[in-house]
Amino acid sequence: MAAKRLNLREKYQKFTRDLAWEPTYQKKSDIFPQTEFEGIHIHDWDKWEDPFRLTVDAYWKYQAEKERKLYSIIDAFSQNNGQLNVTDARYVNALKLFLTGISPLEYAAHRGFAMAGRQFGGVGPQVACQMQSIDELRHCQTQIHTISQYNKYFNGFHDWNHMHQRVWYLSVPKSFFDDAMSAGPFEFVTAISFSFEYVLTNLLFMPFMSGAAYNGDMATVTFGFSAQSDESRHMTLGLEVIKFMLEQDERNVPIVQKWIDKWFWRGYRLLSLVSMMMDYMLPKRVMSWKEAWEMYFEENGGALFEDLSRYGIRMPKYWEVSVKEKEHLSHQLWATFHNFGHAAAFHTWIPEESEMQWLSEKYPDTFDKYYRPRFEFWRQHTKEKGRWYNPTLPMLCQTCQVPMLFTEPDDPTQICYRSSQYNGEQYHFCSDGCKDIFDDEPEKYVQAWLPVHQIYQGNCGGASIPEVLEYYHLVDGQDNKEYLESNDRANWLRWKGMADTEADREVQAVVNE
Amino acid sequence: MANNNVFIALQNNEEARPIIEAIEQDNAEARVEYAPAMVKIDAPGRIVVRRETVEDLIGRDWDPQELHINLISLSGNIDEDDDAFVLHRGD
Ligand SMILES: [Fe+2]
Ligand SMILES: [Fe+2]
Ligand SMILES: [Zn+2]
Repeated sequence: MAAKRLNLREKYQKFTRDLAWEPTYQKKSDIFPQTEFEGIHIHDWDKWEDPFRLTVDAYWKYQAEKERKLYSIIDAFSQNNGQLNVTDARYVNALKLFLTGISPLEYAAHRGFAMAGRQFGGVGPQVACQMQSIDELRHCQTQIHTISQYNKYFNGFHDWNHMHQRVWYLSVPKSFFDDAMSAGPFEFVTAISFSFEYVLTNLLFMPFMSGAAYNGDMATVTFGFSAQSDESRHMTLGLEVIKFMLEQDERNVPIVQKWIDKWFWRGYRLLSLVSMMMDYMLPKRVMSWKEAWEMYFEENGGALFEDLSRYGIRMPKYWEVSVKEKEHLSHQLWATFHNFGHAAAFHTWIPEESEMQWLSEKYPDTFDKYYRPRFEFWRQHTKEKGRWYNPTLPMLCQTCQVPMLFTEPDDPTQICYRSSQYNGEQYHFCSDGCKDIFDDEPEKYVQAWLPVHQIYQGNCGGASIPEVLEYYHLVDGQDNKEYLESNDRANWLRWKGMADTEADREVQAVVNE
Repeated sequence: MANNNVFIALQNNEEARPIIEAIEQDNAEARVEYAPAMVKIDAPGRIVVRRETVEDLIGRDWDPQELHINLISLSGNIDEDDDAFVLHRGD
């Protein structure tokens, strides 16, 4: 009898479900000891299905093809000195932030999904987590390979992993993932697969990677979209795990909602760094943060949560605050980095006149009123008295670890401060969202490694800025501070055959269409 | 009006072009938007990518799983089998 060709559904069954077996001499709860303590009730693991029905043989086939394509472009990029084709050397600073802030999270995701896959009692999620764990390792590796070309020509790329572990603002992404990885397996996938990958990463990968293409960075757009092609699978896993938990038991609903609330807010605060990349660090801009938030969160997220309402799930708590903040977020972030640019692993600058014009058009209600005057003041100050840096250290939010820079949702002239008491100590927060997260698990967040506290406690090489920069492996005057005074800029002008006279010290910005 | 949009985003390259064309043919309400290096397609409620339509356009066998290679992002519930890849809201 000729063997019948299996259809996709049958193939998935044979290659996945049939890998599972019932243990005979060990208790299931001993094999999977973490599946119960979070309070999630699962009755039938077989109800979990990968809607893509991707089997391991197909996985390797498609991943190999993606890698071949990616590496041929990376080779072409370096052989043709592609780094010289970007719009402006300021652009490269967005890549510095990406390599120090995002790529280490890819590696953390690789570890996290290996751990989660080990803990799930069903073979569907085990296989999905294993594939994702391998994907995330690939993402980290391809990002390192691609960006290494820039490391040969620009400052600040030399010790990204060391910086990720130590630099003050990089504790924002680092603590985000550490928080997720130190939770149980169900909270971990809700945090990363659903809240971060499904609801929020479109904001990072779509406008930003499209922006990389727009700024002539062929290498970054290629690794970005190659990674993103795996991301669709990760997002699907995220939605699947949520629906699976909600369908398995009614008692899971409030737990899942609480995690969605928490991880939406954690992820949103992390993305505030992306808002600044989009509005200030790309010399040519695809869309504003505000437009991206409307498209990907308000519209798409809105449709998603409407769909989930049949399970009793509502929009994440404080989503309204994120909508109010979209007018302010990127400006407040960039202003803060501008003032602490002497302690950052990338250069900062005042937007050019044409860029201010673009910001005024994109933010007609807020930019001219609240932010343009600040930037103009600092520009004037630099002309008359030299570039100003804030000599003090900022207070950080105990939960998200971003400096206290966000304003009250209804008053953009007042910094938002919240606080809680725990065991006789006072803790500070940037928002109600961050305060709620702390109040729910204070014993976890009191342990946060807050960079500013650590500096003052003498754990970061010393109390002076030069000592701390050394501890970060940053070379003062080379990797940090003002772009206009940087080696990066001087080199760029030399490579592009442009004269560095005093007259063009204010670089002409690329005009945005 | 209820918001039940789904979307699919693909790289704007030679391989994805016939897939985009197939989506336009089979989904009358699809809105196609071009951004640098990528294409985003939105539609109310449902988007279907049919194997047959793509095969007619490229003149060879095509497996809906090949979508993975040029896929950037999507939003909606997924239903995939040998003949089609479907994104939808609701059950
Ligand atoms: Fe990734
Ligand atoms: Fe991912
Ligand atoms: Zn906070």
